[in-house]
Amino acid sequence: MNPNYLDFEQPIAELEAKIEELRFVGDDSEINIGEEISKLEEKSRTLTQSIFNKLDAWQTSKLARHPLRPYTLDYIQRIFTDFQELHGDRAFADDEALIGGLARLDGTPVMIIGHQKGRDTRENIRRNFGMPRPEGYRKALRLMKLAERFRIPIITFIDTPGAYPGINAEERNQSEAIARNLFEMSALQTPVVCTIIGEGGSGGALAIGVGDRVMMLQYSTYAVISPEGCASILWKKADKAAEAAEAMGITATSLRDLGLIDQIIREPLGSAHRDIDEAARNLKQALVDALESFEKLSMEQLLEKRYQRLTSYGEFLEEKPEG
Amino acid sequence: MSPSWFEKLMPSSIRTDSSTKRGVPEGLWTKCPSCNAVLYRAELERNLDVCPKCNYHMRIFGRKRLAIFLDEDATEEIGANLVPYDKLKFKDSKKYKDRLLQAQKNTGEKDALIALKGKVKGVPLVAVAFDFRFMGGSMGSVVGERFLRAATLAMEEGLPFVCFSASGGARMQEALFSLMQMAKTSAVLTRLAKKRIPYISVLTDPTMGGVSASFAMLGDVHIAEPKALVGFAGPRVIEQTVHEKLPEGFQRSEFLLEHGAIDMVVDRRDLRDRIASLVLMLANKPAVQKV
Repeated sequence: MNPNYLDFEQPIAELEAKIEELRFVGDDSEINIGEEISKLEEKSRTLTQSIFNKLDAWQTSKLARHPLRPYTLDYIQRIFTDFQELHGDRAFADDEALIGGLARLDGTPVMIIGHQKGRDTRENIRRNFGMPRPEGYRKALRLMKLAERFRIPIITFIDTPGAYPGINAEERNQSEAIARNLFEMSALQTPVVCTIIGEGGSGGALAIGVGDRVMMLQYSTYAVISPEGCASILWKKADKAAEAAEAMGITATSLRDLGLIDQIIREPLGSAHRDIDEAARNLKQALVDALESFEKLSMEQLLEKRYQRLTSYGEFLEEKPEG
Repeated sequence: MSPSWFEKLMPSSIRTDSSTKRGVPEGLWTKCPSCNAVLYRAELERNLDVCPKCNYHMRIFGRKRLAIFLDEDATEEIGANLVPYDKLKFKDSKKYKDRLLQAQKNTGEKDALIALKGKVKGVPLVAVAFDFRFMGGSMGSVVGERFLRAATLAMEEGLPFVCFSASGGARMQEALFSLMQMAKTSAVLTRLAKKRIPYISVLTDPTMGGVSASFAMLGDVHIAEPKALVGFAGPRVIEQTVHEKLPEGFQRSEFLLEHGAIDMVVDRRDLRDRIASLVLMLANKPAVQKV
């Protein structure tokens, strides 16, 4: 099994291996290798398309957590210029699971906030697997308040399994750090655009996910709890994760249909890590469009719209009063 | 005063021994889960469900919580006509619809949050309280909407707002809708704060997850009942993550006080006095006259 491909992608991996082999054989064969290769490449594209056209929620969740999936810094590199990372919450520490800083988007200054996962074990330990502690959220808030003061738009990238569930995180009041961000972000006097680029893990994701536009990359997920967590609580079996993922509707399409997100950003064939540059181009376009759409609004209109949107979340019925 | 002289006078046949199970009539007596004392139900209720022997605060629920907090004057319920709607047709080992029906039957409530406008020591205010028996006090859309309406009413009428939390967190059966209730409830609190309406958050046993990580931790003043479990992640999840034993008293009210997360730990029987006094001072109004 090719580790760069997920279980359901193995037929693609096999075809790709064949293509590689043919290239290696090269010219000393009698048949027209070039023609054969392009035939197989076409076949691989069609196969990929057909597999990716009917992905289920659990498969999408595996893509969202793919070890090769581009992270916040990969997008920052490709989308922005002049990035200057800003560190620390000014009170306790610098949390490297949640990064931020100033940069330019096509020349316009913006504040970027994003979860950051690690590529290897060493970096993952440093980044705590993208699970922020309270000081991470407090750094994010500090940077958002800084952006607000200078009327700089805020762009957030969400990619976390969740806020860190540890003893010291509780001692420093993880709950309050998240709650404070929800509170402040709902009234920040500057536009906020949030994009889920990988894993949108519950409160730890939402804590930088309150804004004027919420977008999702095509194969990212957003959920109140991980499929595994949901399965072990409600089904009492962790192996029901696939069912839990389906039931919760964690994919971009489900969430857009439910009205919980605004926009889906297309990923290249085979998902973002197959062509990071293309994924970045699509993401950049969506960010530019979003910021442009806010220019027509006064600050008052922007904030009122944000408030109406936040307070309208929910599905319930209203019974007629009796009598 | 020690009751031992009285116990000595009593013939052993009528002494209550907590270690043996005898046929006590259902509902007349109750056992303290902390010190095992067998308590006369009516007396316990007069004591607001606080064990007279060891001071253990037993869990009390939604409507009863508000009944002992508010004056006996007439109250007005907010959002009583809101009922849950299973938009996702969610089904795990059981259908969400059936879980709801069961919870409604068991509690007599439509959902896990009750909101009332009433008075405390003559001070008009709006108060909401969770019913933990209703699916673990989990927060779904009805909880969020009732909270929003109660807070909005408080804002419109300029009344202090009090919330008694008791919740396991977000309601998984409402998936992302439940997560969004965190954003919704936090948003309305910004408007409350801007209008200078005092908001008192009372943390009761247990307040976890999405409720603790939103409005429960956004109070102007945080009060916790003694020994309440309050935190973001559940103790079991933390233990599995860090692979070590949790310190004694971890995530209990006293631990939170020590770490600066709350302003005070207050005995249930003092809550009315303390809260009335706080909101009057914050509103710059004269104190309640002692009768």
